[in-house]
Amino acid sequence: MKSDVKLFENGRRLDGRKPDELRKIKIEVGVLHRAEGSCYLEWGNNKILAAVYGPREAIPRHTQNPLRAIVNARYNMAAFSVDERKRPGPDRRSREISKVISEALENVILVEKFPRATIDVNIEVLDAEAGTRCAGLTAAAVALVDAGIPMRDIPVACAAGKIEDQVVLDLGKEEDNYGSADLPVAISPRTNEILLLQMDGHLTVEEFDKALDLAIKGCHIVSEFQKKAILEKYRHIPKEVG
Amino acid sequence: MTVTPLLKRDYLVKLARNGRRVDGRGFEEYRDIKVETNVVSKAEGSARVRIGNTQVLAGIKMDIGEPYPDSPDSGVMSTAAELIPLASPDFEAGPPDEESIELARVVDRGIRESELIELDKLCIEPGEKVWVIFIDIHILDHDGNLFDAASLASLAALMTTRVPAERFELGEDYPLPLKDPPISCTSVKYDKVVVMDPSLDEEDIAEARLTVATDKNGDIRAMQKGLNGSFTVDEIKKVIKASIDNGKKIREQLYKSVGK
Amino acid sequence: MGVEKREIVIPGQFLDDIKRNKPGRGTFVENGKIYAEVLGVLNKNAGYINVVPLKGRYDPVENDLVIGVVLEAMSSSWLVDINAAYPAFLHVNEVPWDIEFGETEKYLNHGDTIMAKVLQVDMEKRVQLTLNDRNLYKIKGGHLIEVEPSRVPRVIGKKGSMISLLKKYTRCRIFVGQNGRIWVDGNDEGVEKVIYVIKMIEREALSYGLTNRVEVLLKKDAKDVR
Repeated sequence: MKSDVKLFENGRRLDGRKPDELRKIKIEVGVLHRAEGSCYLEWGNNKILAAVYGPREAIPRHTQNPLRAIVNARYNMAAFSVDERKRPGPDRRSREISKVISEALENVILVEKFPRATIDVNIEVLDAEAGTRCAGLTAAAVALVDAGIPMRDIPVACAAGKIEDQVVLDLGKEEDNYGSADLPVAISPRTNEILLLQMDGHLTVEEFDKALDLAIKGCHIVSEFQKKAILEKYRHIPKEVG
Repeated sequence: MTVTPLLKRDYLVKLARNGRRVDGRGFEEYRDIKVETNVVSKAEGSARVRIGNTQVLAGIKMDIGEPYPDSPDSGVMSTAAELIPLASPDFEAGPPDEESIELARVVDRGIRESELIELDKLCIEPGEKVWVIFIDIHILDHDGNLFDAASLASLAALMTTRVPAERFELGEDYPLPLKDPPISCTSVKYDKVVVMDPSLDEEDIAEARLTVATDKNGDIRAMQKGLNGSFTVDEIKKVIKASIDNGKKIREQLYKSVGK
Repeated sequence: MGVEKREIVIPGQFLDDIKRNKPGRGTFVENGKIYAEVLGVLNKNAGYINVVPLKGRYDPVENDLVIGVVLEAMSSSWLVDINAAYPAFLHVNEVPWDIEFGETEKYLNHGDTIMAKVLQVDMEKRVQLTLNDRNLYKIKGGHLIEVEPSRVPRVIGKKGSMISLLKKYTRCRIFVGQNGRIWVDGNDEGVEKVIYVIKMIEREALSYGLTNRVEVLLKKDAKDVR
């Protein structure tokens, strides 16, 4: 779809960002009382809350895997998180996103340590504005760490895309609506292995290479935000009394 | 599956007989309440309410739709609540169960019966087009007393709502026309004591529950008794009085937090 | 005096080379390198690198003393919640009572609390409990407090120093299960104080000098009472 709006002009994007610049990111760890691990994340205008329960015995029994834990991520959008009210409950889009996020997280979780169990990861999108699956996975990963779940790495996600023949990092709202391609990617930052990859739009092979490279670079920047937030929460040192 | 140990129940009962609660509160005392407004940019109005460790987010969306045939020149409101599995190990994904339906209906009744929203001012073309208000309640952290948290979050969200007239080319946005908010106060009874603003442990052992919504004149605007236990008439009267008293304090805090 | 901190590590963090150190608990090895697998505190001991977890469910270990809550009485055993990933089993042969078939619920039923010992953990993480030992029984009275299982060593203190302090100043009976459940019994004020101090320990578990700080606090309160 083409629009009258110029998405890229004089080296700057609509919201003033450079091609390789992320939107603003804020991460808070351990924000919920009941959940075993939780994370609140703001990414541009996206606001996401993630909570982890488990590992706990999978119920009903026929869902159990005798050799390892099942990772059950549930991506859900609040009715008020989008311009036009969304009917509550899962639709086909959120089911698909839940599936690819579950699979990506499962890759790094040491699932063989918990046979017959389930690890439930709830991702609530409270305010949505382009890139919720990346933001959701990023928040979920932090919540898993906060829940003490054993993992080989802390996964992280970021998208790249194409606007006006220009490959850019982390599409914003209008860019997502009127841009020509979107490439959300999740990686294990320690190894650079790709855990999630989707693409829609139109990219040449050269553009894809460039976009993937840019998305991975973005992931590494977001990864630093994740680590900083976790360490800040647990580095807390109380003042000496008396 | 979570289980409440019987000895927790026995301990709470023993404390109650000595006039105490496990967190040191008085029987009619609320936990700390925090109200934050305009927390969701996509919503027409929103608020996040904390009562102790309980957290609820309410968001308001507005649209244009048809009026009900029996009230052709009134706007329409609808309330939904989701007990999402994020908020408690005991909540399961799926369509709304009895519990979330009761929660949404009690909040809805408090707002509807007090005529908080001036629905007659939300008619665009009689019989054809009116404003539709969706109140969506998202439970984020369940540590007891969802009724009051959900109701307070809904009120705060409504009080910060702006009608999105511009989006529908109906002139400038304007604040949702509202009267005075009814404040809901919930009490539970266990072993002959009645406590207000129950924590989750107290709710777990509760035999009966009573929610009373009162207005600024101290009049009652909606009630709901829940659970299979019973109240005496005297207990009900006492709960109403305490609900009016607490309602006053909470109303003041609500006004302050929405900047009125 | 300042409070020193312990080194916090996160999953996937490189810790050392296997040529220099051996991988201990809470770590994994990839291509000859040792990494942390959980959020925790780094601990080097006798040539081993360990990560002591900060969060997470109780990981049952044989001979641990735990506080369990009965989920269900079955015909020849009970299903017991011990705050682990899975419920544990308590077989009728592992209780000090003579139980006829089908009469399990007369002895222990849903919601009852027991002090038990972990008898066995198998490869599939199935846990068997026993009540056949000294000081194991069904608990009556008192109150239960729950903390992160990883905080239990701090609640107990070096050689039981923290627990001794708490008992001394509050005159409460206290039993700390390895699974993060703590049973307390005493007068209302005493129990209230125990809850307060344990929550403080849970918050400040990572700092040094905690036992001294708790003693200062309990002593100060004790003076207030007089």
